[in-house]
Amino acid sequence: MTKNIKSITNPKLKLEILTPAEIKKIHDATLWIIEKVGVKFPSERALNIWAENGAEVDRARKTVKVRGEIIESALKKCPPIYPLAGRDPNQDLCLDGNHVYLGTDGCGVEVIDIQTGQRRVSKLQDVVEIARIADATEEIAFHWVPVSAQDMPAKTRGLYEIKAIWENSTKHVQTESIYNKQEAKTAIEMAAMIAGGKEALRKRPVLSLMQCTASPLGHDGGSVEAALLAAEAGIPTGFMTMAACLTTGPATLAGNLAVGNAEVIAGTALLQLAYPGAPVFYAAAQTASDPRTGAYTGGGPEDFLFGAATNVLADFYNIPLSMGSFATGAKEPNWQAGIENSLSTFMASIVMSDMLLGVGFLHGSRIWSFAEMMMDCEIFSIIEKTLRGIIVDEETLALDVIAAVGPSGNFLTQKHTRQHMRDIFLPQFMDRRPYNEWESKKDDARDWALAKARKTLAEHQPDPLDAKLSKEFEKMITKLENKG
Amino acid sequence: MSEQLFQKMAQSIIDGDSDAAVALARESIATGIHPLDAITKGFVMGVNTVGDAFGRGEAFLPELVMAGEAMKAAVATLDPELKRRGSERKILGKVVIATVEGDIHEIGKSLVATMFGASGFDVYDLGVDVAPDKIIGKAIEVNADIIAMSALLTTTMVKQKEVIEELEKEGLRGKFKVMVGGAPVTRDWVKAIGADGYSEDAIGAVTAAKQLVGVA
Repeated sequence: MTKNIKSITNPKLKLEILTPAEIKKIHDATLWIIEKVGVKFPSERALNIWAENGAEVDRARKTVKVRGEIIESALKKCPPIYPLAGRDPNQDLCLDGNHVYLGTDGCGVEVIDIQTGQRRVSKLQDVVEIARIADATEEIAFHWVPVSAQDMPAKTRGLYEIKAIWENSTKHVQTESIYNKQEAKTAIEMAAMIAGGKEALRKRPVLSLMQCTASPLGHDGGSVEAALLAAEAGIPTGFMTMAACLTTGPATLAGNLAVGNAEVIAGTALLQLAYPGAPVFYAAAQTASDPRTGAYTGGGPEDFLFGAATNVLADFYNIPLSMGSFATGAKEPNWQAGIENSLSTFMASIVMSDMLLGVGFLHGSRIWSFAEMMMDCEIFSIIEKTLRGIIVDEETLALDVIAAVGPSGNFLTQKHTRQHMRDIFLPQFMDRRPYNEWESKKDDARDWALAKARKTLAEHQPDPLDAKLSKEFEKMITKLENKG
Repeated sequence: MSEQLFQKMAQSIIDGDSDAAVALARESIATGIHPLDAITKGFVMGVNTVGDAFGRGEAFLPELVMAGEAMKAAVATLDPELKRRGSERKILGKVVIATVEGDIHEIGKSLVATMFGASGFDVYDLGVDVAPDKIIGKAIEVNADIIAMSALLTTTMVKQKEVIEELEKEGLRGKFKVMVGGAPVTRDWVKAIGADGYSEDAIGAVTAAKQLVGVA
């Protein structure tokens, strides 16, 4: 087990959400979309790469149409297994298809202040505090930039954010908030300095990059160029589709999967054409828009199904998946949050999505709650335990013990019980107290989760980043800031 | 006879059938019905029906948008005839709308634009990734009542502020009402940048716009 990191591995439970024939159908549909409808790449560089590789490029519309065999042969170059490195090598994560790692969600715009409980605009100090708590929390394996450091200049905000996380945690950092060439270039330089040079960074990428697509069937120019830079440096890079039924995708689930798949695999193929063998991942957080308002829902049966189905697609291409689960639409940690986050995470986990995004948000990934962060971790722990399933062997059937106790006895005094009692899941935030005790206090999971976050923040001292590096990073960021 | 036609017009909007709406608009011109009557007694009744059903939670967003699109098509067909007769459709106000510079996220902005159009605003949709001076230039050119700006990223949201600052610098701030929207936009942000209107969704945006032009 990786130091201070819990993951889901060797699960016993299985789920077949799509048959091989159905997966093939979605794949074929996707290739048809890319070849006949096209995908938008508003980047000169991307269009050139496509043109050089035999795609039909419409420069005016910045759209490419690509034959299926070009996409398929490019995707074959994706490495199926590679690591996400931590600043501490003992916290490296292996994306090998047999681990589910949990991250913090991102990138929110408001925070429920950990001390005052007031909702307010997010700032850099929040990134610091969340990173520090995540560093100490075993369910959290890696970081996304959780909230936007809105008190920092827009031009270099993404760099302040990753610097803050590195300074407060030794776990892997994946940023989803760097989506232009300039920031990406500096971020990669920073990562190389932590890893100990460019070649070392290739072997142990302490940074990975996630770029959002622009559904339907589009990419953002800055995102694509940042992704190309990352791929060149050997930094794991993924494209995330958030195609939403009714609005940015068809109302039907299969069609929505195909649209999102077209965006992701076209982007992924581009990276492979430019830099064959570059570590890439599939990322997705599809949903269905609310039929009444078109709003982002952050939950619902459609999300749960997408959560499981997408991993089957990523497996089909043999690349790791980063799947959006959690991210409830609830406005506070409540019944809705519990249901949405449990089911979405269960479905994404049972199919072994490699990375799960992520803990901590309310109101559809907009408002950070420290209580929700901790309770989401507990949801992950419950699912981790559940997926291990039931082991049936001589020891677990316990016939000797059953015979020893016999009818009408009890098992409390058995050695076997003592040996196995700690296998039973022990929740941190579930209320199992006598009714009277609850009645006298009327507190609940939310209070305990917040208390735990506060305690962790007060007590946990992460291994500091070399002060020289911090200083150097500061200089690099200022330099970019002052550049015209 | 025209009663029947008016009913069909309303129904074409309810069905979100742009082709039928256009055909009915042409038919009404051919039969000499005044285009203003076609709009107010025919098509608008359909918009109202869908709007009411939507308000009750019975109609869904796609129905509302399709009704808006059909209405737009009908009005576009009737416009030349309106001009020929020297009369004008009553509009609630002129709106210049765009997604701000550096931001390519379109759907929310387009949805709001459609809702504005369907509600009787004259809409100038400048698309995505639009620079502040372009937005302001268009607002001056068409003598807009409202400038509406969308942003999905915290890094591009600052452009909403820039536009307001630019308006102030040029002494134009009092001339236009400014509305902002997009997922990262909060009430606090609206207050901080001194915008006039804001909504979390397209329906609310129409209500806010109506208030800004004093018709709600």
